[in-house]
Parts: sequence; structure tokens; C-alpha cells
Amino acid sequence: MSVRHEVRLWVAQRATAAVLAFCVVVHLATIIYAVRGGLTAAEILERTRGNAGLALFYAVFVLAAAIHAGIGLRNVAAEWLGWRGRSARFAVMFLSLLLAMLGLRAVWAVCA
Amino acid sequence: MTGALRVRVWRGGEDGHFEAFDVPRRESQTVLDVVTYIQRTLDPSLAYRFACRVGMCGSCAMTVNGKPRWTCRTHVDRVAEGGEVEIAPLRNLPVVRDLVADMREFFDKWARAKGQFAPTRTRADDFAVVKPDSRERREADAGIECIGCGVCYSACDVVAWNRDYLGPAALNRAWTLVNDSRDAGQAERLAAVSGDAGCHSCRTHMSCTEHCPKQISPTRSIAGLKRATMRIALSGEGDER
Repeated sequence: MSVRHEVRLWVAQRATAAVLAFCVVVHLATIIYAVRGGLTAAEILERTRGNAGLALFYAVFVLAAAIHAGIGLRNVAAEWLGWRGRSARFAVMFLSLLLAMLGLRAVWAVCA
Repeated sequence: MTGALRVRVWRGGEDGHFEAFDVPRRESQTVLDVVTYIQRTLDPSLAYRFACRVGMCGSCAMTVNGKPRWTCRTHVDRVAEGGEVEIAPLRNLPVVRDLVADMREFFDKWARAKGQFAPTRTRADDFAVVKPDSRERREADAGIECIGCGVCYSACDVVAWNRDYLGPAALNRAWTLVNDSRDAGQAERLAAVSGDAGCHSCRTHMSCTEHCPKQISPTRSIAGLKRATMRIALSGEGDER
């Protein structure tokens, strides 16, 4: 693992953390605003279906979360389990891809 | 001042145990005074390390009531809990015997962090001019008073989790050199302090800053290294390492 690669992972984790901080605030504010006076699944879908802006926002949210979680878990695995090297790298890469796929599938389900 | 202090002192190596001693209380008594009393009066076989006794040499650091401290400048008044003091060797380092920790890995990591000055001038050149109020000079000043006592290294949880981690003192030293305009070893140094063993593993717990007896903030120095190494991330440097 080259030094440049390690530093890039670090930068990616900090950058995605910044994206996540913004997305979480928007997400929570939207929820609190939207549920005033009750909310049904039909009402949610009415707003989200065909909403390209919302789809883009949540796609970015999902990808940032997937990248951030993968790099973070890699550090946790190394420091707490002593699990390093190629196998750890593939495991967290798989988990990141899984998170991204599940998340994007959910975005597609409510926005398409 | 009268009365006795109950002192529990670590004896033996890694698998040793605490041994209790009663030491007379004295005014302005330091933890090092207590250890010295035990060694000179109660048990001459006690091993410990000190030199200057005035907070300059960095050799007397120990774990006092669970916290790493320079014992020569730590008054018993400030650390005794219910008339008791527990004294152990520094954490995160191998124990040689009793209160003596093996400092080799601590100082080897200074070398691995490229803590050596790499000169650019010869004796034929004139003196380098470093403005005292320049940003680099002030950054270097903030970290340069380190006495190498190992307190920060002992306080750092990342060192405990990752044995390769260079630690606060070595990274602080590297940061003072990064800010030395006369130094020629910057690319190598920034590569050496990057990645899993380097500044990017710092979790900003700030235990080093909290415990440093010289009030240095290695956390700040490490943050500086993180900024400086961004250059490596954005360029091709360090690819071969």
C-alpha cells in the first residue's frame, strides 16, 4: 500500500465526512418538516417520484456513506481486530459496494 | 509536615506486581523524591531512572496513579489520593525492570519519522536568516521544547492499538523540521510520517496534549503534518514508497 494511496484514503474519508455532515442536516430537517401533521407512504412517494433533485441528493448521500463507512471500518479492523492487508481490504471493499448498491436501489425505488 | 505516605511501586518485568512501602511525608516532596527515598533507605534493589531532577532531561517519567507524568516536577500533594500513590513504569513501552521502561522503540521512531536535520549549507556559506516572526519559525517554536520524556507516547491510545504508529513526540519533531527552511529532507520526511504508521492514524484524542509536561501540543503538530502531506495525496510523490 503506497503512501499516496493511504493519504488519499484519509482525504476521501475527511471529504465524505464533510458531505455527510451537510446531507444529514438536510435529511433530518426535511424529515422534521415533512412529518408535521402526520405522513403516509403514499404522500412520501407522491413527493419523491420523478424528483430528480431528491434522487441526486440521496445518491450523493449514499455514495458518501458507503465510502466513509468502508474506510472507517478498515481502520477499526486494523486497530481493534489486528486485521490488515489484502483480505481486510477486500472485505471492506465488498461491504462498501454492498452499502452503495443497497442504498442506490432504495433511492431508485422511491424516486423512479 | 509529618505522617506517612502509602506507596505502591511496580516491581519486576511485564508480569511483575505492586509492592507497598511507607514513606515519610515531607514538604514540597516530589514523586521522584519518594522513589529515591525508597531506593536509598528501604530497598536498594529498586530500579528507576533519573538525571537532572529539574525537568530538563526527560528521563524520570513514570505512571503515577494511572497517569504518565515527569516525576521530578510532580508534587506528591497534587497527586496523592487518600494518602496513597501508585507508581508504575510508562505504559506502551516494554518494562526493563521495576520503574525502568525500555525507550528504544520510542527513539527509533524519531529516526523513522526522519527526525534528523538534513543540512543544505556548508561551513563556507553564510548564516541562514530565519525571521523570528515568520509563520514557519513560530510553528517550529511551538513544538521545539520537547525533552523526549515519553509521557505523550505513554498517554497515546493509538500507540496501544497500532504498534507501528510513530507516536506524538516523533511526529511533533518531524513537524518542527518541516518548518525549518534550512532543511533539505522534506519529501522523504513527509512520506515517512504519512499513512497507517504516521499522522493519518491520529484520532485527535489529545491525550498527548493533555499530559505533555512542557505544554506542547503534539496534536496541533500532527494536524500540521496532515495538511502538509495533502501535497503527496494530490501529486505523484510517494508512489514508489
